[in-house]
Amino acid sequence: MMLLDSFLVRAALAGVGVALAAGLLGCFVVWRRMAYFGDATAHASILGIALSLAFGTPVTLGILAVAGAMGLLVFALTDRGLAADTVLGVLAHGALGLGLFAVALTPGPRVNLEAFLFGDVLTVGRDDLALIWGGVAIVGVLVWWNWGLLLTSTLSVDLAHAQGMDPRRGSLLLSLLLAGVVAVAIQVVGALLITALLIIPAAAARNLARTPEGMALAACAIGVLAAMGGLELAVTADSGVGPATVTVAVAVFAVLTAAGRLRRS
Amino acid sequence: MDLIAADGIDVRHGATQVLHGVSLRVAKGEIVTIVGPNGSGKSTLLRCLIGAQRLTRGRVVKSPGLRIGYVPQKLHIDPTLPMTVRRFLDLPVRVRDADAQAAMDEAGAGHVMGRQMADLSGGQFQRVLLARAILSRPDILMLDEPTQGLDQPGAAAFYQSLEAIRAHLGCAILLVSHDLHVVMSASDRVVCLNGHVCCEGHPAVVSAAPAYRELFGTGTRGALALYRHEHDHADHAAHHHHHHEEA
Repeated sequence: MMLLDSFLVRAALAGVGVALAAGLLGCFVVWRRMAYFGDATAHASILGIALSLAFGTPVTLGILAVAGAMGLLVFALTDRGLAADTVLGVLAHGALGLGLFAVALTPGPRVNLEAFLFGDVLTVGRDDLALIWGGVAIVGVLVWWNWGLLLTSTLSVDLAHAQGMDPRRGSLLLSLLLAGVVAVAIQVVGALLITALLIIPAAAARNLARTPEGMALAACAIGVLAAMGGLELAVTADSGVGPATVTVAVAVFAVLTAAGRLRRS
Repeated sequence: MDLIAADGIDVRHGATQVLHGVSLRVAKGEIVTIVGPNGSGKSTLLRCLIGAQRLTRGRVVKSPGLRIGYVPQKLHIDPTLPMTVRRFLDLPVRVRDADAQAAMDEAGAGHVMGRQMADLSGGQFQRVLLARAILSRPDILMLDEPTQGLDQPGAAAFYQSLEAIRAHLGCAILLVSHDLHVVMSASDRVVCLNGHVCCEGHPAVVSAAPAYRELFGTGTRGALALYRHEHDHADHAAHHHHHHEEA
């Protein structure tokens, strides 16, 4: 495919893929008030990078492992009722600090941290694209299959139990999928901005939607719009793509929220 | 045969013993009401029965394939989660429009299908919860203080809907309630709970039991009088109603 030879096309495809997965999962992050959870998982990825560099393993694998471990840790704490706001804050920012420290300790040439913190979508290669879209497909299929469980247990854990469902399975699945999205999204928006890509499109979509499904679709669409608009903006303004993407997303959020307020009043 | 049975269950929240050696069984088609003061473990017991509460000791036995329709005491829907009444009825599985409307009619929820759940009044919300619970054709309906926040006529009307639902579906009903006088007149059996089962049996037996009187104190005298009064009154009304139907 000649088309994929263009780094801009690859960047656009990577951005769209990540936006779709993040838009879908982002709705659950918003509904279940898991913003800090997203932060903790995303920040843990920096530690994953440090470990990958130290042991010479592929970076994505390291991120997936450490972000996954963080997801499981927060899941276990939440399950025992221990994951208060403070604990999550400690984990999220502790993971970031520890990760940055560990990266500094790794031997060899100095690592360009900026790419990991804010993303570097213009360097996305064909392999990365395959990884991102593979991840998107897995997230889509698993969320689709478990939609009833995820939605019911998001609404009320007790309702899910009464229905004979296991809401813990839903929480566990979401934790692991979030870790997966973080792992594939880090090259596109970076560890510091992943939570923004999860939350902002979903929050913007809330203004448009009457049903959960409507909100998920709208969040995906707004995410894609932000990814494409962000790429365009970054090329025009010669800025980073990650920050530009988040800027566009925030602008969409502001417009939709203001329009929603006006319509209601 | 029992639909569901709790067998000597203990529940401990940290250092607090919430339930101690509680046994309870509900048979097919029965209306059983759990009464008790605040903090007596009524909601916890219900959560044990639906499998949402870890037991410290004892067990809950359900008949195979038991379908439970659960109406929680309150359901907080996060404002970020858009949810129309129609979509809510589709949880956890999609239902046909005709079935959804029939359940809404049976629960007396009226025509609010297109409304957002968050915009409903307390009474409408409870009735939509009830409609969703009966859509799965439950063998047993469990309701946790379903009439909290409703006024007297509202509560009475809600219990009338429950009676009609039981008559139609033939399901058992397990209620947790504060509305002693209204509830007792409608129940086959009353369980008085205060961490343990103080007494249980026919409403008339329980309301006369010393343990019950001790638990609800002097304030109950008025309620009990009211209960007797309304009970008689309700009987009359029921008889009257029957005649009317037969005529």
